[in-house]
Amino acid sequence: MTFKTIAIALAVGSLAGGAALVASYGSSAADKSGIPYRDGEYETVEAPEGSPLSELISGYYFRTPETRELQDDDFMNPAFIWMEQGAELWSTVEGEAGESCASCHEDVEASMKGVGASYPKYHEASGKLINLEQRINLCRTESMQAEPWKWESDELLGMTAYVRHQSKGMPVNVSIEGPAAPFFEKGKDFYYQRRGQLDMACATCHEVNYGMYIRADLLSQGQSNGFPTYRLKWQKLGSLHRRFRGCNRQVRAVPYANGSDEYVNLELYLAWRGQGLPVETPAVRQ
Amino acid sequence: MAKKHKPRVKAPKTASPGEVMEIKTLISHEMESGQRKDRKTGELIPRQIINRFECKYNGETVFSADMHPAISANPYMAFYVKAGESGELEFLWHDDNGDVYSHSQKLEVA
Repeated sequence: MTFKTIAIALAVGSLAGGAALVASYGSSAADKSGIPYRDGEYETVEAPEGSPLSELISGYYFRTPETRELQDDDFMNPAFIWMEQGAELWSTVEGEAGESCASCHEDVEASMKGVGASYPKYHEASGKLINLEQRINLCRTESMQAEPWKWESDELLGMTAYVRHQSKGMPVNVSIEGPAAPFFEKGKDFYYQRRGQLDMACATCHEVNYGMYIRADLLSQGQSNGFPTYRLKWQKLGSLHRRFRGCNRQVRAVPYANGSDEYVNLELYLAWRGQGLPVETPAVRQ
Repeated sequence: MAKKHKPRVKAPKTASPGEVMEIKTLISHEMESGQRKDRKTGELIPRQIINRFECKYNGETVFSADMHPAISANPYMAFYVKAGESGELEFLWHDDNGDVYSHSQKLEVA
């Protein structure tokens, strides 16, 4: 990781008595580089081979110091309400098989370490790509013979966050080769496909214009390393697919369903765009 | 889940006399403002928030806060209390529906 500082000069412009904000970068200004929140310091991770980004920046650095503070303190972070629920559910016996997550996986810290960082993954039995939520529900329906949790339910969010939290600080590490390759390509196509009445692709905001303001909002690289994340706007923990749906709606496109193949493929492509970024689950965003 | 209204408190178990202790509290609560409409029926969702928070130290209120509908869900409250005698810290959250959620813990001053 490298540290960077951006120096921000505030110049009072002569234009209509307004103030102009001029930012200059600590390193090469020629690089297409993000402009994280105005207080300056941020960390970068080297982009994976073939990435269109020159450096990877977590969404953390695009948020205000106050929002970051919420994430930094496990007590202050409201997502831990769901995490605690996830911890309880881990050893709760449900379903006809009379088993809990702990019956097979035992100690969560040992068994789930690094797992969350490697999803979505190719699932042989179904021949499809599945993400962490779907993996958890497969465990419920197949091993525990219990009802699957609903998408965006507190239970599924809590468990997903709890499992992914065991990889906190570890680099995102998804496989895009072998059987996962075709799904990766589909996800990539989705990312660059313009859609909706506004005719915008994911890349329009998060690749070409990150670091710029879209009205009052600072655009990030759209990294997924903090999901499920507590969004202040939602006032609760939310999944990555909920965020996808929001993005799609904002460009006035019809969103896909939570857990749809389209979104799982996109999730893989997006994870690769952040390959190497530390997992921050559960993050806090604005 | 958020319906369980589970309080979380981070306060020291021991302190020295005169020490200024930081106390952090958080409770899971939806803080329904009373201004939102039900998407299906179009009817207003009745207001239900925590309207008052209190911290009592050996029965005496040392910190309190009145809350109003603009406070976000899962309210977090941090404040400072000066340690006096050993005793009990009690935390109370008053809900609009009349319920009071509480948490108490011992404090040893030596």
